[in-house]
Amino acid sequence: MLTYLSIIVTAIFVNNIVFAQFLGICPFLGVSKKLSSALGMGAAVTFVMTLATCVTWLVQYGILEPWGLGYMQTIVFILVIAALVQMLEIIIKKIAPGLYQALGVFLPLITTNCAVLGVAILVIQKGMNLGESMVYAVATAIGFTLALVVFAGIREQLRMVDVPAPMRGIPIALICAGMLAMAFMGFSGISVG
Amino acid sequence: MNKLRIIYNGIVNENPTFVLLLGMCPTLGTTGSAMTGMSMGLATMGVLICSNVAISAIKSLVPDRVRIPAYIVVIATFVTLLQMFMAAYLPALNASLGIFIPLIVVNCILLGRAEAFASRHTVADSCMDGIGIGLGFTVALTLLGAVREILGTGTVFGLRLFPETFGSLVFVLAPGAFIALGFLIALINYIRKRS
Repeated sequence: MLTYLSIIVTAIFVNNIVFAQFLGICPFLGVSKKLSSALGMGAAVTFVMTLATCVTWLVQYGILEPWGLGYMQTIVFILVIAALVQMLEIIIKKIAPGLYQALGVFLPLITTNCAVLGVAILVIQKGMNLGESMVYAVATAIGFTLALVVFAGIREQLRMVDVPAPMRGIPIALICAGMLAMAFMGFSGISVG
Repeated sequence: MNKLRIIYNGIVNENPTFVLLLGMCPTLGTTGSAMTGMSMGLATMGVLICSNVAISAIKSLVPDRVRIPAYIVVIATFVTLLQMFMAAYLPALNASLGIFIPLIVVNCILLGRAEAFASRHTVADSCMDGIGIGLGFTVALTLLGAVREILGTGTVFGLRLFPETFGSLVFVLAPGAFIALGFLIALINYIRKRS
């Protein structure tokens, strides 16, 4: 139980995927202008990341390793993730149109979200078992959502500030992200287990 | 189109990092020093040139509807080759770049150039575009790495410029990456507006 708690706290705060591991920066900068879209993106990523990690873990230990195809990892994983996102889009559209309205626009963007592929590869590199991998994926996605939502809140405020012309847009957003990263460094003292 | 113009365009007018703002993850994640930044830039450039050439060569064979998955497979193949090459000949560098080598697959620069350039130009022009954009990315990563290394530890490419006590370690750590890149982009915006 303590291992799971440790994985959760580490993935959300100490080793936050955006601020400490620099993964998923593109959606972090692209979809953080409004709080509502940040929440939608966070939910979509949580969904896809959990499912993708589960499937790629099974593919790795069920197909690639027994057949000695470990070197195909990168190609197979990206194809699995792309196919999964496509399938999800079709299924959600059929079963839950309401959910599709909310998440639909974010789904195609997720294929090229490096956080999803990153987590799928990281759990294999860390040698986690299926349970640990799932917990790690969910916690990482929550960390991503947290970063996205906090940052969107800051950027909504930024719009009302008079920023020097060359700094407008991405530069000032990056500097704010740096300060947030500094705040998240404060968590690095926490150790569980 | 003039070949040298394409290269110049990739480095200056369409610099992937400073102007197009693509490929932010490796830009922030691998620029702890000038050396790792440059290595990452060169690795990406190698894959980009190969994938641009291959995609440009097969562009008339690929049906329009499945072109994106086809491009991803081409890119992933070259990334796998790069992974094997680095694991065999450059194990230390491979370890320090870590997860960012397989993640070249999802670097938006590669798919972006495949879609925007290689799929509608000749093989030779696509090769030049790969060199240009790749050099632009390498220059940007080396610059950011050098800035962070100088401010963080007082060295550049391992050469000592200032005594160690002047360095502020935060620039080598995560927050410094965001802040240094923010100020660099602002500076380049300023220069571009004036000229």
